Amino acid sequence: MSAGVDEQEQANPGVQRGPGNDLRLVSLSKQFGAFTAVNDLTLTVPAGSFFALLGPSGCGKTTTLRMVAGLEAPTAGDIFLGGQDVTRLRPYKRPVNTVFQNYALFPHLSVAENVAFGLKRRGRKKVDAEVARLLDLVELGDRGRRRPQELSGGQQQRVALARALINEPEVLLLDEPLGALDLKLRRQMQIELKRIQTEVGLTFVHVTHDQEEAMTMADTVAVMNAGVIEQMGPPGELYDNPATTFVANFLGQSNLVAGHVTRMRDDLVEVDVEGTTVLASRTRSHADSGAVWVGVRPEKVFLDSSGQTRDHGINVVRAGRICDVSYTGVSTQYLVRMPWGQELTVFEQNTGARELFRVGACVDLGWRAEHTFVLDAAQDAHAGVEYEDLGT
Amino acid sequence: MTAPAPFPGGGGADDQQQPPPPRRSRTGYLLLLPGTLWLLLFFIVPLVTLVSTSLYDPAGTLETGYQLTFAFGNYVDAIDDYATEFTRSLLYGGLATLFALLLGYPLAYAIAFRAGRWKYVMLLLVIAPFFTSFLIRTLSWKMLLADQGVIVEVLRFLHILGDDGRLLATAPAVVLGLTYNFLPFMVLPLYASLDKIDVRLIEAAGDLYASPPQAFRRVTLPLSMPGVVAGTLLTFIPAAGDYINVELLGTPQQTMIGNRIQSLFGAGSYPAAAALSVTLMLLILAMVMLYIRRAGTDELL
Ligand SMILES: Nc1ncnc2c1ncn2[C@@H]1O[C@H](COP(=O)(O)OP(=O)(O)O)[C@@H](O)[C@H]1O
Ligand SMILES: [Mg+2]
Repeated sequence: MSAGVDEQEQANPGVQRGPGNDLRLVSLSKQFGAFTAVNDLTLTVPAGSFFALLGPSGCGKTTTLRMVAGLEAPTAGDIFLGGQDVTRLRPYKRPVNTVFQNYALFPHLSVAENVAFGLKRRGRKKVDAEVARLLDLVELGDRGRRRPQELSGGQQQRVALARALINEPEVLLLDEPLGALDLKLRRQMQIELKRIQTEVGLTFVHVTHDQEEAMTMADTVAVMNAGVIEQMGPPGELYDNPATTFVANFLGQSNLVAGHVTRMRDDLVEVDVEGTTVLASRTRSHADSGAVWVGVRPEKVFLDSSGQTRDHGINVVRAGRICDVSYTGVSTQYLVRMPWGQELTVFEQNTGARELFRVGACVDLGWRAEHTFVLDAAQDAHAGVEYEDLGT
Repeated sequence: MTAPAPFPGGGGADDQQQPPPPRRSRTGYLLLLPGTLWLLLFFIVPLVTLVSTSLYDPAGTLETGYQLTFAFGNYVDAIDDYATEFTRSLLYGGLATLFALLLGYPLAYAIAFRAGRWKYVMLLLVIAPFFTSFLIRTLSWKMLLADQGVIVEVLRFLHILGDDGRLLATAPAVVLGLTYNFLPFMVLPLYASLDKIDVRLIEAAGDLYASPPQAFRRVTLPLSMPGVVAGTLLTFIPAAGDYINVELLGTPQQTMIGNRIQSLFGAGSYPAAAALSVTLMLLILAMVMLYIRRAGTDELL
């Protein structure tokens, strides 16, 4: 998406946008009794950006959104919107709207009345044209007179979106709005949401536990776990350069192998992995001495028959044995048992350039130094793994 | 799942949910049978008897017997002679319903949204008065409101009542008795419909710029309308036809139509009593229909 903040400013001359209207959470915490749902959370959502808050169920995403919306009072910390402290502002006074996890459409009002609700409460009398425009935007122009409960799940979701968008809030909060939809509709709605966000140029904070959804839609992804932000950045950067084992496992998959740092070169780190020296670039090293996890994404690894890999310029670990092959059409997933007993995952595109390896074949694993990341060994190598499986 | 998706534009398969065709089966009618018999025996038969009694010759007595002469004049006489009592019944019943609504709504609201773990204790307290008899409870009010009672003394002391002012045997006492006695009939349906409201809808209203009073007016109140309608009907209908409260807390000056019907039946003036009963019934029915039509069509779900 190339529509930058500048273009959006021109598209909406009436709405003042810019760095002044960033959403800033500063040391935000929320406790329910002794339980800490959100712990000392600090982040900035730039105006006009599509920001995704990604994390497993129960990690505090909804609680964070509810604090921004004013539906939950923070135990500590502050919320700023365009420089204004809104921490103690009542929800109906905040220029923020929410698309709720369950939509929360008013059952006693028609679709059009639902959409008009926010404008009417702010004293606007003539709302019909505006309502029609928004219903057209979400492609429900002919459903205005229906009751929400007469619509399908995907349509209700779009009504909820129109009901929030019509108010042109500074920030639109979306709480897993696509969670109830089936996979296909979900993919369509992702594209649709992204299109609308680019079109109207509002700031979206999108909460999800689906890592694919977060990566395809957002400019910035914040990975949240147990009430804290583990890492934040553009999707590609998080994927290529995870800073914690949780991010490495929750966002896609990773091979994490134990090693220890032996030498620091100018821009490279040398790590000894089971007697083999592996290189990693320093920009992707989040630990620079002692025991570490050496990580590489499964699709970055290539396989060769044992002894055939030339090892200059790339990392090679030798003498693995293929113990499982699953063919998925586009690609093949290999499980390779290493001499030290660990099983590593390798994805290979089925380019057809050569035969698939068979179970039992002896292989070498190679990957480039810049695709290697190094993480502190104090963390659990399996953090975030189980969630990823549940997420899909 | 290979069919083209209905998404842009709508009109897809998931958009038109047609109701399944009604199933025709004899079981349904058989299941209706016990209810129908019950209605026939205890509603239709008494109703026909009542209506025909109201058309008996008013000159009849227990000794001479009664004759069905289609004496529609009974109705004219009933309305002529007892217009004040009718008006008073509707007024007292209406006031009691209004007060019960004003008291009952906040109470039901508190139980549904604010009581937390005390919810069921509070509900039990609402029903608790039913553990003793209606008569005993009304008699207790008679003692509470008595001229030498604490309430009257305090009100006199505060000069809210004059030095010889009293509560017992006044219209306010009757309305108070009616309100008290029928309050649970208001609270329970109100609670039932308030408790069903998803609080997230009220939060959504707040999120959409509705201040708490606006959220109440636009979301909570409309969604609780089924309870308001049920509660006001369940209160108004028995309250308008009541005679015990006047008997115990009022004087002949507060006579309601229920007292007249009761005394006429007691005196053997069956045709007049029946004509009054039928008139009261039709009057209430007409008001209820009007009310449901106004409150019902667009507010009820
Ligand atoms: N009102 C509440 N009272 C007590 N605990 C709560 C409350 N709301 C949320 N929690 C707890 O806080 C944690 C985070 O919840 P939530 O923010 O809803 O997670 P998410 O949206 O990421 O799934 C959960 O463990 C949940 O049980
Ligand atoms: Mg949630």
